Amino acid sequence: MSAKMIEVRWHGRGGQGAKTAALLFAETVLATGKYIQAFPEYGPERMGAPVQSFNRISEDPITIHSGITNPDYAVILDPSLIESVPVTDGIGKNGKVIVNTSFSSSQIAHKLSIDASQVFVVNASRIAVETIGKDIPNTPMLGALVKVIGTLNINGVLEDTKVKLTAKFRHKPEVIEGNLASIKRAFDEVKN
Amino acid sequence: MIKTVYSKGKLVAKTGNEVMAEAMRQIEPDVVAAYPITPATEIVQIFSQFVADGIVKSEYVAVESEHSAMSATIGASAAGARAMTGTSSQGLSLMWEMLYIASGLRLPIVMAEVNRAISAPINIHGDQSDTMGARDAGWIQIYSENSQEAYDNMIQATRIAEKAKLPTLVTTDGFIISHCMEVVETYPDADVKAFIGKYEPERYLLDIKRPYTLGSIDLQDYYFEHRYQLAQAMRDAKDIVLDVAENFEKTFGRKYGLYEKYMLDDAEIAIVVIGSTAGTAKVVVNELREKGVKAGLLKIRVYRPFPVEEIAKDLMHVKAVAVMDRADSYSGAFAPVYSDIVASLYASGVTSPKVVNYVYGLGGREISTGHITSIYETLCKITSGAEKPSNKVEYINVRIK
Repeated sequence: MSAKMIEVRWHGRGGQGAKTAALLFAETVLATGKYIQAFPEYGPERMGAPVQSFNRISEDPITIHSGITNPDYAVILDPSLIESVPVTDGIGKNGKVIVNTSFSSSQIAHKLSIDASQVFVVNASRIAVETIGKDIPNTPMLGALVKVIGTLNINGVLEDTKVKLTAKFRHKPEVIEGNLASIKRAFDEVKN
Repeated sequence: MIKTVYSKGKLVAKTGNEVMAEAMRQIEPDVVAAYPITPATEIVQIFSQFVADGIVKSEYVAVESEHSAMSATIGASAAGARAMTGTSSQGLSLMWEMLYIASGLRLPIVMAEVNRAISAPINIHGDQSDTMGARDAGWIQIYSENSQEAYDNMIQATRIAEKAKLPTLVTTDGFIISHCMEVVETYPDADVKAFIGKYEPERYLLDIKRPYTLGSIDLQDYYFEHRYQLAQAMRDAKDIVLDVAENFEKTFGRKYGLYEKYMLDDAEIAIVVIGSTAGTAKVVVNELREKGVKAGLLKIRVYRPFPVEEIAKDLMHVKAVAVMDRADSYSGAFAPVYSDIVASLYASGVTSPKVVNYVYGLGGREISTGHITSIYETLCKITSGAEKPSNKVEYINVRIK
C-alpha cells in the first residue's frame, strides 16, 4: 500500500448518512485533484442499525479493491456506537478517531481505551441543529475530518460542496448555506 | 494532480453502476428492456430516468421478469434495433433459455452485467458464478477491473457485438465495483456516438423490402453448420475485439487487449485472475517486486472468446502459475478459468509451468492483499521445490473442517 494513501472508516446508524458522507467526501477530494474511492459496507439495511462506509484517497491511482481493515481515521457519527461497536478496530497507534460528541477527548479516549492524542471531538449534532436545523451530523463531520487530516484544502472542499449542493437543492437555498456553514464550523471547532 | 488521458475527457466520481448507465445514455440504444435486480438495479433505474426525462430517445420496456427482458431485447434486436439490457445473478439465470437464442440468432445485444453469487443459499454479494455459468452460451464476455474499464468496455462492446454479430456482456464485480465510487474519465457524447457509429444491420425483420425468416426449425440438414458458424464467429471475434481496442486507443488514448499483462514478461511466478481482484493483486506484485521477487499478473479481460494461443505464449516462461477463480464448477474437477488455462497451455505444447487452482471470494468473501501474498508465497515454494504443486482445487479464506 502506498505510504501516501489515506484510509477512512465512517461509523453511523442506518439513516444518518454515513454512506452519503463517504460519497460526498470522495467527490470533494477529487475536486482537489486526488484519486478517491468511496464504498459502503452492505449488510441488512435497517434504520438505526450500525453501518460503515469507507474512503481511500491518494496522489496515485488506487487499484486495491479489498476492504479497509486498518484505517488511518475512524469517523463516528453517532456517539452511542462507542458502547456497542468496536470503532477502534485496526486503528493502531497512529490512527485517529473523530467523534461527534459533547464529551471531551480525554473522556472519550478513556471509554475507548486509546491514547487521548488519538481522539478528536466535535459536537456535530449541535452544529447541525444550529446550522441545518436538523440533527444530521454527516456534513459537519466532513469538515472535522478535513481539519484532522490536515493536508486537504478546506476552501476547495467548501467550493466543491457548494457546487454539488446547488445542483441538488436548487429550490432550497437555505439547505445549501446551512450545510456549508456546518462544515466550516466543525472544521473550526473540532479539537483534540 | 489527476489529468485526463483524452484531451476532451472529463474526470467524474462515479460508481460502477453509474458509469454503465452513463455509457448507455451516450450509446442511446433504440430499445432497452430490463427487470431490476441487486446489485445491478441502479443501471436500469438510472437509464429509465434518462428515458423518462427525455434525455435519450430510447424506448424502455419495463417487463415482469428477466426471461421477458431478454425475450424483448431479442425481439427488438431481430427487428433491427440496437438493443441492450442489464442484469445480475438470478436474473441472468432466468434468462438462460433466451441467452442461447440470442447467440444462436446472431443478435448483437449488449448486456451490462453485475457479477453476483447464485442462490442457494441466497446471497447478494459479488462473485463470478453467474456469468461463468453462462460461459458456453455463445456470448462474448468482457470483464472489468474497475469503473473506468466498465465504461470503456460498454462503449467497445457495442461495436464488437455488431461487428461479430454476437451478443456481448460486460461485467463488473457486484458491490466491489458496482457500488464503489471511483475517478472515471468520461468522453463527450458526440465522440462516443461517433466511435460506435450508426447501427446498420445486414438483415432485419422489419426490412419489408427484403423479407426473411429468422429462427426457423433447423434439423439434421443444417443445424450443425449453423452451430459451427457460431463457434467460428466466436473464434473470429478475437480479431474484432483487438481491432476495436486499437481504434479505441487511437481515439480515446486508453489501451485494451484480450488480457492485461502486469509485470509478466520477466516473471517467474504469476497469478491469473479476472475482475477487481486484479487491482488488489497489482498492489501485492508491486510489494514483491520491491523485495526482488519476480512476480507477475495476467488479468483476463475477454474470457469469451478465450485467448488460447496468446495466453499460452505469455505464460510459457513462467515457472509457477496460480489461477484464481471467483466461481467454483462443482464438477469434481477444476474451476472454469483454470480449466481453460491448462487446456490452452497443453494444447499449445506448453507443459513446463506448474499451474495450481485457487477458488476465492464466493458470496463476496473478502480477498485481501494478505491472501494474495500467501498465494505468491506458495508459488515461490513450488518453484524452489520446497512444496509440491497441489493437484486439486485449493480454497482461500474459507473455513474447512
